[in-house]
Amino acid sequence: MTEAIRVEHISKTFNGEIRALDDVSFAVEAGTVFGLLGPNGSGKTTIVRILTTILQPDSGSTHLLGFDVMSYPEHVRTLFGLAGQYAAVDENLTGRENLMMVGRLSHLGRRRSAARTGELLEQFQLTDARDRTLKTYSGGMRRRLDVAAALVARPKVLFLDEPTTGLDPQSRNALWEVIEELVGGGTTVLLTTQYLEEADRLAQQIAVIDRGHVIAEGTPRELKSAMGATVLDFGVNDHETAVQAANVLAPLSTHEPHVVANNVELTVDNGARVAIDALRILDEAKIVPSTFTIREPSLDDVFLALTGRQTETVSEALEPSTQKRKRRRQR
Amino acid sequence: MTVAASLVPPHALRASPFRRLGLLLADTGVIMWRNLLGYVRIPEAAFFSSVQPVMFVLLFRYVFGGAIRIPGVSYVNYLIPGIFVQTVAFGAIGTSIGLAQDLHTGLIERFRALPMSRSAVLAGRTLADLVRNVVVMGIITGVGFAVGFRLHTNVLAFIAALGILLLFAYALSWGFALIGLSAPNAETAQVMSFPVLFPMTFASTAFVPVNTMPGWLQGFVRNQPVSLVVNCTRALLNGGPTATYVEKAIIWSVGLFLVLSPLAVRKYRRMR
Repeated sequence: MTEAIRVEHISKTFNGEIRALDDVSFAVEAGTVFGLLGPNGSGKTTIVRILTTILQPDSGSTHLLGFDVMSYPEHVRTLFGLAGQYAAVDENLTGRENLMMVGRLSHLGRRRSAARTGELLEQFQLTDARDRTLKTYSGGMRRRLDVAAALVARPKVLFLDEPTTGLDPQSRNALWEVIEELVGGGTTVLLTTQYLEEADRLAQQIAVIDRGHVIAEGTPRELKSAMGATVLDFGVNDHETAVQAANVLAPLSTHEPHVVANNVELTVDNGARVAIDALRILDEAKIVPSTFTIREPSLDDVFLALTGRQTETVSEALEPSTQKRKRRRQR
Repeated sequence: MTVAASLVPPHALRASPFRRLGLLLADTGVIMWRNLLGYVRIPEAAFFSSVQPVMFVLLFRYVFGGAIRIPGVSYVNYLIPGIFVQTVAFGAIGTSIGLAQDLHTGLIERFRALPMSRSAVLAGRTLADLVRNVVVMGIITGVGFAVGFRLHTNVLAFIAALGILLLFAYALSWGFALIGLSAPNAETAQVMSFPVLFPMTFASTAFVPVNTMPGWLQGFVRNQPVSLVVNCTRALLNGGPTATYVEKAIIWSVGLFLVLSPLAVRKYRRMR
C-alpha cells in the first residue's frame, strides 16, 4: 500500500482574519477515491487549491506521489488533473478544441493531443458535439468536458471539486458512472462534495470537514453507523407535541432526537424495526403523527450528529431575519 | 500504509533553459490561437474591432469634418492618423474584458494548474491583440483610401508608421491586461477602462487641432502619449519633419511597455 496524497497539519488564513483551514491532516491511498465532505465554505476547495499548487498554505506540508508540492510545483503539475466546480472550459471553443488546448498546454504534442482528444470525446459521449462551441452545451455536457479535460494527460491523481453540484439527477448519475470507471483504471481520486450520497457511492474513505477542521474520518459505513443509518421524521400538529414526542422517543435514537418546528427527527441503526416501535410508543402516548418519513441521512444529518448543529445554510434559513442580517454584517 | 519519503524529481525531468524557452513559445502560441478564435467567434468583439473604426472614419469625415479646417492638409488626411491611434487604444479594452472573463469563469485557475509556462497566458493574450490590430489597421487603411485619404510620403514611411502604432498598441495591451486582472468581472473591467480611454483619446490631437482648445488644456494635450503617437503617425503619412516626433513616440511606447508589462506579470503571479 502506498500513499498518493499526504496532507500534514496545513493551515491557511485569508486576509489575516478568515481562518479557512486549521491544522488539517489526512492521507489518501493510491488507487482509491477519497471524499472530502462538507458544506459550502468549509474549506474543501481551499484544500484542493493548495494540493494543485494554486495556493500556498501558511503552515504544514503536502505531498503528491511522494513529491513535496511546495518545493516542486512544476513537476507536481505534470502529475495531476483538476476539474473544478465552475466547469472551467473555454466558451468560445468547441469541445474538441478545448481538449486539444489542454493537451498542447500539457506538452503532449499535436499528435498525441489529437489522439487523446478523440479517445476522451468517445469515452464521455461527446463525439457528436465535438465541433460545436461550448455555448450550445448543456450543464451536464460541460461538466463531462471539464472532467475529460482533467484527464487529457492521463494523470495518476485526479482532483474533482464538487463535480456534480448543480446538475440534474440524470447528469449526476452519468458522471458518477464515468468516475467509477476511472477508479477501476487505477487513478487516485480526491473528490469534494456536499452530498453524503455522492461520497457514499464513490469514496472508500471520507473525511468530514467543517469550518476548516476535519471533524470525522472513516469509511462510509463507519460514518453512517456512528450516526445511525436511517432518519425517521415524524410531523405532529404543534411544537409542544413535538417536544413531548421527542422525549418519549429518545430511548430509541442513537443521538438526541432533534426537534425542528413541528417535526421530530430520530437517527437510528435499524430503521424498519425501530419504526414499528416508535409508532407503538407514540400511540401509547396518545400522539398521532400527521406525517411520517423514513430516509437516508443527508449531510445535514451527519453534521447534526457530529457537531450538534446544522449546516450554515439550514440554520440560517430557520433564524429570524434580523438576527441573520446582523450575522451577515459581522462577517 | 507506508510513509512516503520526500522524493526529488529526476534531473532529466527538470527542463533546461533552452527547452523552457521553447515551451514558453509553444504555450504562448496555443493561448494566442485560442484568443484569436474567441475574437472571430464573438460577434460583439468582431463588431467592436472592425465596424466601430469604420463608423468613426465615416462620422468624422462626413459629419464633423466639414466644420473643421486644417491649414495645409485635407481633413481626411488629418483624421486617418488619429483614427489609427484611437482604434488601437479602444481595442485594448478587449484585453481587459477578456482577461477579466477568463478569471471569472475559472479558466485562469485551470491554466495555473497545468504544467504550462506561467508567462504564456499574458503573452498569448497580448500577442493575439497585436494580430487583431494588424487586421484592423488593414481595414482602416482600405476605408481611408476609399474616402479620400492620400499618402503624401512613401510606402516605407507608411510601414514605419504602422510599426510604431503596433508598438504603442502592444504597450497599451499590457496596461489593460493589468486593469483586467484587477477587475472582479468583465463589466467592471469595461467600466474601469473607459475613464482612462476617453480623456486620453479625445483630449488629444487625434481629431481637432490643439490650438482650438482652451489654454489650460493645451499643455496636457500636447504632451500626452496618444497625441505624441498621433503626431508621429501624421508626420510619417502626411510629410514634414519627423525625427523628434518618431523619437518621442518610440520612447513613450517602449517606456509604457517596460513599466506596464512587469506590473501585469507581477499582478498575475500574485493573484490568489
